[in-house]
Amino acid sequence: MKIELTSPIPGKIMKVLVGVGDAVNEDDEVMKIESMKMENPIYAPATGTIIAVCAKENNEVEVDDLLLVIEEAC
Amino acid sequence: MLEAFANGFSGLLAGFSHLQLTNVVMIVVGCTLLYLGIKKDFEPLLLVPIGFGCILVNIPLADLMEPHGFLRTIYDAGIMTELFPLLIFVGIGAMTDFSPVLENPVTLLLGAAGQFGIFLTLGLALALGFNEMDSVAIGVIGACDGPTAIYVTSQYAPHLLGAVSVAAYSYMSLVPIIQPPIMRALTTEKERIVVMKATRKSVSRTTRILFPVIITIIGGIIAPKGLPLLGTIMLGNLMRECGTVERLTKASANEIANVVTLLLGISIGATMDGKIFLQTQTLIVLALGFIAICLDTACGVLLGKVLYVTTKGKINPLIGAAGISAFPMSARVVMKEGQKYNKKNYLLMHAMGANAAGQIGSVIAAAVMLSVLKGMGII
Repeated sequence: MKIELTSPIPGKIMKVLVGVGDAVNEDDEVMKIESMKMENPIYAPATGTIIAVCAKENNEVEVDDLLLVIEEAC
Repeated sequence: MLEAFANGFSGLLAGFSHLQLTNVVMIVVGCTLLYLGIKKDFEPLLLVPIGFGCILVNIPLADLMEPHGFLRTIYDAGIMTELFPLLIFVGIGAMTDFSPVLENPVTLLLGAAGQFGIFLTLGLALALGFNEMDSVAIGVIGACDGPTAIYVTSQYAPHLLGAVSVAAYSYMSLVPIIQPPIMRALTTEKERIVVMKATRKSVSRTTRILFPVIITIIGGIIAPKGLPLLGTIMLGNLMRECGTVERLTKASANEIANVVTLLLGISIGATMDGKIFLQTQTLIVLALGFIAICLDTACGVLLGKVLYVTTKGKINPLIGAAGISAFPMSARVVMKEGQKYNKKNYLLMHAMGANAAGQIGSVIAAAVMLSVLKGMGII
């Protein structure tokens, strides 16, 4: 099943820590978003493989913007 | 010839012979403030000039705080006239985005609850025998808002200025250490894990422009004594939101705020003369200020719990802690604390709402207090 991770806060993507094909566990840190001058870790919503990364470093994001998609491991 | 030489040499040693123990202690205090600002990064923009001002004023025979001394001139021009804190307020208004408050007006309640500590501490200071004016100044430390504390103290209890402002600024930077234990003690695990999704409502430009104007008029009529504080922060905010005076907004938020911060810091440091500062009274002021901030946090979190119950579990009580006006430190503390218990919880924007509301709240609390005292004929 595909699980989408959307941005929980508005801000700027500081760092994307994963790429397409990477395996992640639920609650692994996948990126950092700077919001209100604070570095906020963003965690994977599920365990699986990253199949798409939409977030680009230094881009501004709004709440609910798509960040990445995970194919959930069965 | 030899005598003239000896006399000249003794002139160089006069400073040492006039150095008193109080001066030495305060020079150490000044160095500690410098250490905290430089090495520990605690509010460096303030603690560095304050620490240095403290060292300057405790060097004997320089007379920097005597009439015509340069620190006295700055102090009289900006602190006695209340100009510095008010100019800082224009800058704060220009830097603060109040839209998280407007998106979620319930945060205004948290911003108000975060000020109860001020009034409780005021009562405590009165009970300990401080007079009304001193007690007001001590209570306002609980606003966790440096400029408000300086404004009120310089007007009504100038002899406490050094103690109150050092307390206000150092506790502000200690918010990440002071708040979490109180937040944990007052909430249950079930409450702390409540997820609050960020809202995506947008606030119209008209609303953002009308907000500072309306708050100023209504707040000013209710508490005219606090209008300088409220009026300046709202002027800054109006300039930011109207978008037509960008140059003024930038100048207020950057150049003016920076220059005034330097002058404010150094003149606050200059009030820390050992003879005046080293009294038991200062320690009591520092202790009461600490209590004020703890009580504010507790009141905010307790109101958060009330909202948790009334909204059937939709509001995470932790955001109540951001009702104090240490902006944006306490909102960050809430975000971090929330994520400790639930990694997928991002309370930042909600906490920012409470935090921005707390900024208005502390100004209004000070204004109300001054107007009440005026009504009672005390000032």
